[in-house]
Amino acid sequence: MTLSPTTMAAVRASGAVPNAEYLLTAEGVRKEFPGVVALDDVEFKLKRGTVHALMGENGAGKSTLMKILAGIYHPDQGEVKLRGVDIQLKSPLDALENGIAMIHQELNLMPFMTVAENIWIRREPKNRFGFVDHGEMHRMTAKLFERLKINIDPEIEVRHLSVASRQMVEIAKAVSYESDVLIMDEPTSALTEREVAHLFEIIRDLRSQGIGIVYITHKMNELFEIADEFSVFRDGKYIGTHASSQVTRDDIIRMMVGREITQMFPKEEVPIGDVVLSVKNLTLNGVFQDVSFDVRAGEILGVAGLVGSGRSNVAETLFGVTPASSGTIAIDGKELVIDNPNTAIRNRMAFLTEDRKDTGCLLILDILENMQVAVLQDRFVKRGFVSEKEITAACEEMSRKLRVKTPNLQERIENLSGGNQQKVLIGRWLLTNPHILILDEPTRGIDVGAKAEIHRLVTELARNGVAVIMISSEMPEVLGMSDRIMVMHEGRVTGFLDRAEATQIKVMELAAR
Amino acid sequence: METNIAAQGTSSALAGSRRRLPPELNIFLVLIGIALVYEVLGWLFVGQSFLMNSQRLTIMILQVSVIGIIAVGVTQVIITGGIDLSSGSVVGMTAMISASVAQASTWPRALYPSLTDLPAIVPIGLGVGIGLIAGYINGQLIARTKIPPFIATLGMMVSARGLSKWYTKGQPVSGLTDQFNFIGTGIWPVIVFLVVALIFHIALRYTRYGKFTYAIGANVQAARVSGINVEAHLIKVYAIAGMLAGLAGVVTAARAQTAQAGMGVMYELDAIAATVIGGTSLTGGVGRITGTVIGTIILGVMTSGFTFLRVDAYYQEIVKGVIIVAAVVVDVYRQKGRKKA
Repeated sequence: MTLSPTTMAAVRASGAVPNAEYLLTAEGVRKEFPGVVALDDVEFKLKRGTVHALMGENGAGKSTLMKILAGIYHPDQGEVKLRGVDIQLKSPLDALENGIAMIHQELNLMPFMTVAENIWIRREPKNRFGFVDHGEMHRMTAKLFERLKINIDPEIEVRHLSVASRQMVEIAKAVSYESDVLIMDEPTSALTEREVAHLFEIIRDLRSQGIGIVYITHKMNELFEIADEFSVFRDGKYIGTHASSQVTRDDIIRMMVGREITQMFPKEEVPIGDVVLSVKNLTLNGVFQDVSFDVRAGEILGVAGLVGSGRSNVAETLFGVTPASSGTIAIDGKELVIDNPNTAIRNRMAFLTEDRKDTGCLLILDILENMQVAVLQDRFVKRGFVSEKEITAACEEMSRKLRVKTPNLQERIENLSGGNQQKVLIGRWLLTNPHILILDEPTRGIDVGAKAEIHRLVTELARNGVAVIMISSEMPEVLGMSDRIMVMHEGRVTGFLDRAEATQIKVMELAAR
Repeated sequence: METNIAAQGTSSALAGSRRRLPPELNIFLVLIGIALVYEVLGWLFVGQSFLMNSQRLTIMILQVSVIGIIAVGVTQVIITGGIDLSSGSVVGMTAMISASVAQASTWPRALYPSLTDLPAIVPIGLGVGIGLIAGYINGQLIARTKIPPFIATLGMMVSARGLSKWYTKGQPVSGLTDQFNFIGTGIWPVIVFLVVALIFHIALRYTRYGKFTYAIGANVQAARVSGINVEAHLIKVYAIAGMLAGLAGVVTAARAQTAQAGMGVMYELDAIAATVIGGTSLTGGVGRITGTVIGTIILGVMTSGFTFLRVDAYYQEIVKGVIIVAAVVVDVYRQKGRKKA
């Protein structure tokens, strides 16, 4: 379906496809990091006025390519052309000045500055005394927001904004550079469905203005909804570019993983045991109220709800990160006061947090150190000394079992892809042999392959009698994996749905009320 | 496929640990480099060898061993992402207090005439204990009130210095027993330094205490969720740093055979400098005692070398400042390089 570069050149020479059709092209790009070839002879072509999705598993090379296009990395080989002209981007700023703006997954706004200040930083309008003209800046921001149909007060400090609003500000900022190319790295990972709809409206609007959008996502339905074309990468290699209207979901998955994924949600019916965790009227003042539920051994309790519904807060309180104001928690029928994570761990709970970077990874430490930190609370330690040999063996076995892709366990965790980081963190908790496993967005920002592996693992744990609480914003995941689904809305439980009766619509009705 | 990856994992894990050079190697090469420069300059300008003089080398390491003892504690504090500015003042305070119970009955102006000729273990224990308490207070302040370590230890720095002046209204404490003075004689301070360094090298690398120290420095939130009692651990770390400053105070008094309220001024900065030169990152999570030992010796060689070359003391300080900043700049670039790699 794709044309070879030579054919393409011939087509271009014939005048059928004017050069200017491509805003941004990359050809023969190679990038090596010590020990890894991140990109090998990769090509990418972005047309004017299109949304072009980059697809691939974590570690496939999407992020590296995107960082090269945004001037963060420099390719070892290959050429990048902007509007048909060779360019060598020296820095992200250089890229920005050439009309390429990138919106990072981790938002880069300054929390104590206002929205307007954040947007126009370095380009503040000045009055005739050389001071910043705040009135003019406000007007410029208002105009920009009007164009993008964003409803945010330009004078509010960014730290008061929700993640979704910050995302909108980031997009507005990128648009304000009058960029021709916008690179978006999983922009919807923290957004609710309504916010996603708004974002897509903005994207369609920008597309109609001739802007080319590079869109990185792991969500298949987004691809079909918003992308005109997509390119697939696998293990640092370019696999192909296609129009998204001409392929099926299965085609894409096959291209991404190079193998068939027969079953996305390998849910098994396993015997459900006794109640392991029983929560009654759990309340954290001002955050959530009267949360009551039971989880049984072997059961997967899905927790659904919009961002801000208090789902993650309940998990944090269960685990003693933010102790409850009132209510009771009983494990195996015994009522307990869990006011710190240590108590939770001693009672065989484990908690995979939502935010890998903030509350999960010890970024500058290696895989081994990351994996062993929780289990050292009670195992592998004799009179304060860590049994290095045993724990290393245990971690090696775990990383093998979880298929962590890394040359060795002495690699810093920050050098791993998101999916592999998540596997290391899951390994951290599995080493503690938990009876109750709380997973908060276990597959956020993770490629299909790793996702399926994690789902299989969760199923296996349930089969072994672990009680699993799985919080997720991804509807198919919740519906596909849970035995029961608890839905929350604004700090309250609005209902429970059994696996048999649960549908996307029923969940949304309870979640959105 | 699966077994393949696994086998690869184990074999290269072993090879990796063997292949990887210790991070201290760079610092060690810097130390050798500095020493060689002095050696050459020595022959050129002074007409003698810098290194082939065991007396000079002994004096050099003696001078820095007190800094080294403090730096071992400071390293641990900095690995957690904190800082300890109080160590110099704690040295002064513990020197004064331990000396006041280490006086000989033959000394006519003993501070506590009834507490003379005590066995050396009493003043030593008291000095170390008071250092521990000072550090414990630092730790409590930082862990419970969540004030920045900079401020908590700054307060301790000012107060401890004040306390050591108030203690004798500024008078020095002399006439110490021979038994007490003993740990300051000969190369005993060096031995104390190296033993302390060895103990905490082992503690940081092979114990749970050490693993948790690095984990907290790398990511406090993640450490807490992983079940580490961050507050209790920080209190431990600061108490140990205070204890080592107390030990340094005892050694300082014993070496001088007297104690003065002004002892240990600016030692905290030398200790921080030694730590940072030794490769410990001020952002936390990274650092090793072996590096700090080498960093301490670098400080000693620099000072000793300047004296040897008869460089004016004023220039010494100017250059020392430059070198400390340069060490951090190098560290920042090293970190950057690692991240990109």
